[in-house]
Amino acid sequence: MNGAIAKRDKTGRPVVAVTGIGVVTSLGVGKSDNWAKLTAGVSGIKRIARFPTEGLRTTIAGAAAEVYREHMSPAELSERMARMAGEEAIAQSGIGSRGRFPGPLCLAPPPLEVEWADRLKMADMAATNADPKYPDLVRVAREFAAIHGPFKYDIIGDSLAEHFGTVGSPISLNTACASGATAIQLGVEAIRRGECEAVLAVGADGSLTPESLVRFSLLSALSTQNDPPERASKPFSKNRDGFVLAEGAAALVLEDLDHARARGARILGIVEGCGEKSDSFHRTRSSPDGKPIIACMRNALADAGVEPDDIDYINAHGTSTPENDKMEHLGVAAVFGDRASGIPISSNKSMIGHCLTAAGAVEAAFTLLTLEHERIPPTINHAVPDPTIALDVVPNVARDAKVRRAISNSFGFGGQNVCLVMAREPA
Amino acid sequence: MTQRREVWITGVGLLTCLGEGLETTWDKLERGGPPAYDAKSFAPYIVHPLPPISFDRQIVKKSDQRQMEPWQRFGVYAAGLALADAGVAGKPDLLDRTDMIVAAGGGERDVEADTAILAGARRVANPSAFLNERLMSDLRPTLFLAQLPNLLAGNISIVHGVVGSSRTLLGEEAAGVDAVRVAHARIAAGQSELTLVGGAYNAARWDILLALEQDGLLLKDHFAPVWDRGPHGGIALANMAAFLVLESRDHAEMRGAKARARLATVRSERNRRQPGDIEATLRNEWEAIAPGVKREHAAVISGASGLEPATSAEQRALAQFGLPVRNTGTYIGHAIETQFEANLGIACAAIEHGKLFPPSGTGDTGDAPAELSQIVVTSVGNWRGEGLALIERID
Repeated sequence: MNGAIAKRDKTGRPVVAVTGIGVVTSLGVGKSDNWAKLTAGVSGIKRIARFPTEGLRTTIAGAAAEVYREHMSPAELSERMARMAGEEAIAQSGIGSRGRFPGPLCLAPPPLEVEWADRLKMADMAATNADPKYPDLVRVAREFAAIHGPFKYDIIGDSLAEHFGTVGSPISLNTACASGATAIQLGVEAIRRGECEAVLAVGADGSLTPESLVRFSLLSALSTQNDPPERASKPFSKNRDGFVLAEGAAALVLEDLDHARARGARILGIVEGCGEKSDSFHRTRSSPDGKPIIACMRNALADAGVEPDDIDYINAHGTSTPENDKMEHLGVAAVFGDRASGIPISSNKSMIGHCLTAAGAVEAAFTLLTLEHERIPPTINHAVPDPTIALDVVPNVARDAKVRRAISNSFGFGGQNVCLVMAREPA
Repeated sequence: MTQRREVWITGVGLLTCLGEGLETTWDKLERGGPPAYDAKSFAPYIVHPLPPISFDRQIVKKSDQRQMEPWQRFGVYAAGLALADAGVAGKPDLLDRTDMIVAAGGGERDVEADTAILAGARRVANPSAFLNERLMSDLRPTLFLAQLPNLLAGNISIVHGVVGSSRTLLGEEAAGVDAVRVAHARIAAGQSELTLVGGAYNAARWDILLALEQDGLLLKDHFAPVWDRGPHGGIALANMAAFLVLESRDHAEMRGAKARARLATVRSERNRRQPGDIEATLRNEWEAIAPGVKREHAAVISGASGLEPATSAEQRALAQFGLPVRNTGTYIGHAIETQFEANLGIACAAIEHGKLFPPSGTGDTGDAPAELSQIVVTSVGNWRGEGLALIERID
């Protein structure tokens, strides 16, 4: 480093900067379009047009309509969004050269499965007189794949690794609705270990299918207030009734601050800390005392070496389910004490819905844009406040504010809790 | 943060077709098997089933068992064995800061519900509406939780109280190798003291056979040792679960834990699978670890799957290492994400006993050295996932 003193954080670790951001959501492609709409309080939630919705309780979603092409599978759509977000982030960062990203990939993809469309095609191909059964499908599976392409659980990570020329074995991960944040966390840890100077962290989820909708519907997790679609997601409101399933992707170029400065890159923000705490209470519900959520946020603050008083903004997980928003309020109230009701906290999901495995990455990207612009996107659809939630949710209208440091929460089924601390570039 | 700390394996939990627990599997391996496979239930495909297991011993509540599908029960069971082996089970102060990395594939489907939908869909004028209606009425809410890849980890948190952190890696064999690599790197760098790492696989189901047969991966009709399945060789999938407790040396010594072995190195690499790529990647990984290998005391435990041409490529690469080789896949089958962790566990037993098990097939070469103290464990995935680990006796 030309004799310069290497920048280290309070515990002597490399500092992790963000030098590139890319975003795709139901609001559009690219961070400028997304940011303009997000701060204007525009909703990306619409009636589902991709497939017939008769018989379904929920008929709305935040589909990535600008990116979707007819007959795309969730794997293809997720990969396309991840590529767009990755290209935007790498172009902004200016790191590496085309097709040669100088570090590993950490990806949060949707879990892939054989799709119904394919299962039905294989049933046709099997051409049985009796009703087709699984063994009949398996019998024609090779023939089917020869026409339609093979099935690989890790196809998205591998093709992104090939496209971007990332280094080493690409990591694909899943921590349910915290996956995007975990991808960033794994990247931060790798840079802090000194394994690499940069990481491409991506979350992508394009899995709006009838079955994915039905699965969440059967757990009573989705809003059924379908009309009008853009009013359905109302985090922290008294009449909230579930989340809105959505698609999206985000990519961050994470980079050792010294490395970034040495090549003259613009520093978009710092990921100062990551916190995690698993919950052993229930498969889909948080521990009623909120202890894991509280510990998760405290772990993140401790990892960053900062105090609750140092936080100017909270990017909420804020799904709009009765359970999540109640528990997140409980956690925030415990961690921030008297200040809890005074810190702005807003939910991007009020506008873009819940991007599932991409959500943590998308919301980290928006948190970084919040820091950059010192403008807080609102929680829209906040018409009926929940009297039990005493938080400043930045209702309905964006707000300019001094935002030097923020946290972004991500909580998922299976007791997954991740919190990221992000800040503006240090002097 | 470039400090490098020693990483010890202080616990192993294993379920294979040969039995429950590392010692049972090892005893049967040492006696030369025989391979425990089932060629009838999923004919023409061959799978290695698990013997009957009394899940109550590790998953006390029936209500918890009912919330899981088989792969999760296997995994939660093996995780419990590993935690008990490490002396961590039932100790909330340790479990509270035990990290977890699970390697998982897709979850399980309700084959009966799917079959009914397939049958009905061909009789109706509007298959889309039919699909919506039947999914709404036929899917069990709890089944979704068995389909989420991270719910093996979630169930381990619930049943065993492992709540430090929880990450699930996806991506077939590569996920298995990277789970161990990341866990090792975190402990070596001081980011974790204690990590539970592993996976579980349920092969005995048509929905997983459907996914893998699309890629033409499966062994059909005739069983043979993995090295000798011929140019159309394939994978005999296995029911399996394997978990390891990895721990920093300092932490293990502080609490007086007995270590089974040291996990010295883990490497993983991606290649494009062009001809020669597997050999080149394994050679690179071998060259990286070779300076630490005492050749007169070392052997290879191979994770070759029986799939060709990958298995032949591995055999060629291993010939260059010049070490005795044993493959486990002939005996216990292949369980994708779980294989590497299982082989690390078996390598611990080999080091503890100072022995190898009998050869099976032409790729198993050489005799165990008089004093066996190091094992190189390999992974060559079905399409990605070339990895190596070096484990060694703690003297």
